[in-house]
Amino acid sequence: MTISFEIPEHVQQQADMAKMAAEFFMRPVSRELDENEHQRPDMFVQNIWPVMRDMQKKTLDKLAAPPTEGEKKPERQSTQNLRLMLMIEMLSWGDAGIYLCLPGGALGGAAIEAVGTPEQKIRFLQRFAEGEIPAWGAMAMTEPGAGSDTSAIQTTAVLDKEANQWVLNGEKIFCTNGKLALDESNGLVVVWASIDRSAGRAGMRPFVVEAGTPGVKVTKTEIKHGIRASDTASIVLDNARIPADNILGSPEVQREGGGGFKGAMATFDATRPLVSASALGIGRASLEFVKEKLAEEGVEIPYNLPYHKLTAIQRDVLEMEAQFKAAYLLTLRAITLLDQRQPNNLESAMCKAKAGKVVTQISQKAVELLGPMGYSREWLAEKWMRDAKINDIFEGTGQINTLIVARRILGYSSKELG
Amino acid sequence: MVSFTPTEEQQQLLDTVKRYAANDIRSIAHESDEGGGFPASTIDKGWQIGLVPTAIPEEQGGLGEMSALTGALAAEELAFGDLSAALAVMAPALFAYPISLYGTTEQREVWLPHFLEEKAPKATAALLEPGIFFDAHDLKTTATPEGDKVRLNGVKACVPLASDAEIMLVYARNSETGAMDGFLVGRGAEGLEIEGDEKLMGLRALSTSRVKLNDVRVDVPCRLGGAEGCDYQAVLNRGRVALAALAVGVARASFEYARDYAKERQAFGAPIATKQAIAFMLAEAAIEVDAARLMVWEAAWQLDQGKDATKAAYLARQYAEKAALTVTDSGVQVLGGYGFIREYPAERWLRNARGFTAFEGLAIV
Ligand SMILES: Cc1cc2nc3c(=O)[nH]c(=O)nc-3n(C[C@H](O)[C@H](O)[C@H](O)COP(=O)(O)OP(=O)(O)OC[C@H]3O[C@@H](n4cnc5c(N)ncnc54)[C@H](O)[C@@H]3O)c2cc1C
Repeated sequence: MTISFEIPEHVQQQADMAKMAAEFFMRPVSRELDENEHQRPDMFVQNIWPVMRDMQKKTLDKLAAPPTEGEKKPERQSTQNLRLMLMIEMLSWGDAGIYLCLPGGALGGAAIEAVGTPEQKIRFLQRFAEGEIPAWGAMAMTEPGAGSDTSAIQTTAVLDKEANQWVLNGEKIFCTNGKLALDESNGLVVVWASIDRSAGRAGMRPFVVEAGTPGVKVTKTEIKHGIRASDTASIVLDNARIPADNILGSPEVQREGGGGFKGAMATFDATRPLVSASALGIGRASLEFVKEKLAEEGVEIPYNLPYHKLTAIQRDVLEMEAQFKAAYLLTLRAITLLDQRQPNNLESAMCKAKAGKVVTQISQKAVELLGPMGYSREWLAEKWMRDAKINDIFEGTGQINTLIVARRILGYSSKELG
Repeated sequence: MVSFTPTEEQQQLLDTVKRYAANDIRSIAHESDEGGGFPASTIDKGWQIGLVPTAIPEEQGGLGEMSALTGALAAEELAFGDLSAALAVMAPALFAYPISLYGTTEQREVWLPHFLEEKAPKATAALLEPGIFFDAHDLKTTATPEGDKVRLNGVKACVPLASDAEIMLVYARNSETGAMDGFLVGRGAEGLEIEGDEKLMGLRALSTSRVKLNDVRVDVPCRLGGAEGCDYQAVLNRGRVALAALAVGVARASFEYARDYAKERQAFGAPIATKQAIAFMLAEAAIEVDAARLMVWEAAWQLDQGKDATKAAYLARQYAEKAALTVTDSGVQVLGGYGFIREYPAERWLRNARGFTAFEGLAIV
């Protein structure tokens, strides 16, 4: 091992392809979709679906027929998450709202990957690996009375032994892609519910609710500050019945509660760096655009002058660049640990807290530096500012991620530091 | 392939540096800061770890190869022990590394063997200048060609270990071309005046001096790199990476101390670390330390890859010097009143961290 920041060429090539897709299918409709909330990015979805589908197919094929000893390639560091990181960054550079409409399993898929059994992975993820019509996954944790405090969820799951079914009741809100998953495709939502309300977080379990399940209804899609192309749905579960084996995880995992709260946390360790990656894409877009516009006005950013020789604007841009880079490198580290199959709970909370904060600041500063044109809806800077903010809110707010970092470095439990 | 794990060789070296920083430096950092600096034997021991000899390439008679990454890793650990001691241990590199990188064959043959010996040669470099508008790209110290001589004029500030130095590398602006160059100036040079110890807010355990050059004449072969000169921007880049790495070390020392203190100190019936106001300061410090370190590593990696690291080094230094200040300020805050008392190390780390915006040229990797 050695310290290295070398991005393998094939990974960089994929990122370049994602950038081309962003330029071609996202940027041209960015403004239009922002102005017309809930309009779908059809061109993007149609064109990217075959790519996403084939990626999913590859992982499922591997799962269905694991390579035999003879076929096994020498153990190499995976680049799966690195590729995802750079792809998500570039797509979000294109448009973060449209990126969230990326067909495939999304957060629901990530939860299934993190805690599902191999049989469940194949059963549930197959729909994201075949066919001409795209499908979406989603993840529903948040409820009106339970956001940051996930252990307060009220949604219940009761096993009907006779029918061999789980019966779900409750209301989920703020579910990204909820409508795409349930109403507009043959998708699925991973719903977190309690099998024992008195047990708090130990009673939490993830359940797969598929499109078409009776008793499941999308009741609302929110109208938002930013990422307007992405749907944020309320879902009511009214005696919704799902097969008994739609509870994620093996029986052992279920008994020990490993699929429960711990499962949710394992999912977050994998998805937080990807949310950071999306934030970085918006930060990169803002920063590049500001530098481009400043250059048109004859203002270049120097990288070797002392502080007293810099103008206020140059100082601002240098600070934006340094902060961006810091967030990027923290994210790269969390992602690399994932690819090395090492624990990354601390590192993923760090990168999410940092990226959520600095990208919000960078995009806000960009609006300021561009003056009245920054504020104008003619340019995209103001949109990026509105899109950026969500990254400091979902997948754990900045405070919650800071809290996780604090607990880790202090060795405290959530009881000791709440 | 992206990776954040040092090589085994680097790890072994780091373990040695860590032990030295903890046992030899940290244990006497307070007394040394209060009066007179570190004992010579302590600094000698640091030299004997062999950081400089192993950075001099084998083909130049050295024991290894120049690696900014290795240098940065070691610098963080040394500064974790104490910044003054770190700068003292690393000072000879200020002279040796530019010679190794850009020196003429003759300069290397004459000078590098001294850096392979048991005892550290008394060598340093002078870049920084007094005055509030210092610009490394527009030095006020001038080098004026005069036939087969060069005449040096100007004042240098904060030159580490200058009062003992037998030889130093003085950076100056060519008064005809405007280019920056290094010049080898011996202790006895006529017109060279090394003043007594400077009095600074921090670095109190390090001897630094003003160096005055009044029509100091050196022979043309004393120009670093001879006719070709040196890659001055690269010298600055290496200096910036070194400073940033040292800043990370100081910040980490302060953060770790505050973290441990906060778990012990009781207020309102519980450790203060159980309050979010304190816990969040510590969490943010932890993030800043890690972020700054990653920026240092990336810039150092670029240097080792032979890339133009100007931007990365500049941003790393800018980031790390700010991070060091906020982290060490939090370090004082977490200790409350004790943070203000000199018997506790927190205020020393804050004083030392404040200097990084000014320290250009005090270290190199
Ligand atoms: C557009 C959008 C998309 C979303 N997508 C999804 C999704 O797909 N699936 C899903 O399950 N959820 C989703 N969410 C929900 C999101 O994860 C929550 O909104 C978020 O976790 C915060 O919860 P809350 O809104 O209830 O705020 P609250 O938990 O009420 O927090 C309010 C404030 O209090 C702070 N706070 C709370 N607890 C603490 C504490 N212990 N210490 C310090 N500060 C604290 C928070 O940081 C915040 O600033 C989405 C939300 C939005 C807006």
